[in-house]
Amino acid sequence: MSRVRQAVLAGFAGVLVASLVAVAGPLLPGEADAASRAADSTQLRPVSDFAKIRDKQKRAIALFEEAGKVITSPRCMNCHPAGDRPTQTDAMRPHQPLVVRGEHGLGPPSGLACTTCHHQANFDPAGVPGNPKWALAPLEMAWQGKTLGQICVQIKDRTRNGDKDMAALVHHMAEDELVGWGWHPGEGRTPAPGTQKQFGALIKAWAEAGAACPKG
Amino acid sequence: MAAFTLSINGQAHAVDVDPDTPLLWAIRDGAGLTGTKYGCGVAQCGACTVHIDGQSTRSCSLPVSAVGDRKITTIEGLSSKEGRAVQAAWAAIDVPQCGYCQSGQVMSATALLEQNKAPTDRDVDLAMNGNICRCATYVRIRAAIHQAAKSLEG
Ligand code: FES
Ligand code: FES
Repeated sequence: MSRVRQAVLAGFAGVLVASLVAVAGPLLPGEADAASRAADSTQLRPVSDFAKIRDKQKRAIALFEEAGKVITSPRCMNCHPAGDRPTQTDAMRPHQPLVVRGEHGLGPPSGLACTTCHHQANFDPAGVPGNPKWALAPLEMAWQGKTLGQICVQIKDRTRNGDKDMAALVHHMAEDELVGWGWHPGEGRTPAPGTQKQFGALIKAWAEAGAACPKG
Repeated sequence: MAAFTLSINGQAHAVDVDPDTPLLWAIRDGAGLTGTKYGCGVAQCGACTVHIDGQSTRSCSLPVSAVGDRKITTIEGLSSKEGRAVQAAWAAIDVPQCGYCQSGQVMSATALLEQNKAPTDRDVDLAMNGNICRCATYVRIRAAIHQAAKSLEG
């Protein structure tokens, strides 16, 4: 069954690649930027790219917007739901089967716990992702339905970020292994853009530039 | 291939399989216990549910190499008082239709009652919704769980 699904996914990916190749023909003026932006969706710009922004606040905002490509990726968003139920896939559809957060984000005590299916590591033969810390982010850390600016304010707010100061926040983003899963999500899942190291560097540079948030 | 010794229903079973083999196949083909069913292989149907150290677990999504010495219970070895109450209620209400999903249903229902003595309909739905029944015996499943809970009261 999973083979068939993989074959279908591979076929689908093939069609996608073919259509990308099809549009990658000669570029008209103005298309180059759009094309490089599209290619960029899997990459993160290095911190050095932002050094030319002299205004500290503007630099911080630009750095956070770049890091926001990770934060808003489905790999991260799916487990930061606004309600009780996580989402899944790049389409961020409701998790199948129905699971709810329970007291500690691990599922209700007598219900369907995350660990009924998710274990210590990704298990590609069954297409099931896993990590030792697999759990939903607490409700106060919900990101779905929020703008990047709102998420930015939220992750700096110690009443909503697990009481982390800026150093702890940088460390969490750069080192946490469940955060790191976003770049190693197992077969058939789009990883978060760039690398955790680059993401951590962007967050660190953002903090050092004053940690200003995008408007809105 | 690699050798693993699995503790299933209180007995040691030696199996020689690839480390990435889903526990389901180690149980069925390796240990020869075929009460645990294969439905989807991708943690979507619940037919393969077993207990590992008392926790409901989909045996299709766990590699045999990750089990270690934890204790596996399959439908063949289900003997806790909740397990017996569930099986009695299942028989009394005549829950199964074709039966294919039912060992998974019974394992999930038992894990539920082991942790929650008096589940509400909502509790039942949250615990059981990962167990699909293509014959749609859901109404009888829910009734049987309540009946089993009642039988355990006194
Ligand atoms: S066979 Fe494991 S959940 Fe379907
Ligand atoms: S009784 Fe037939 S699938 Fe459940």
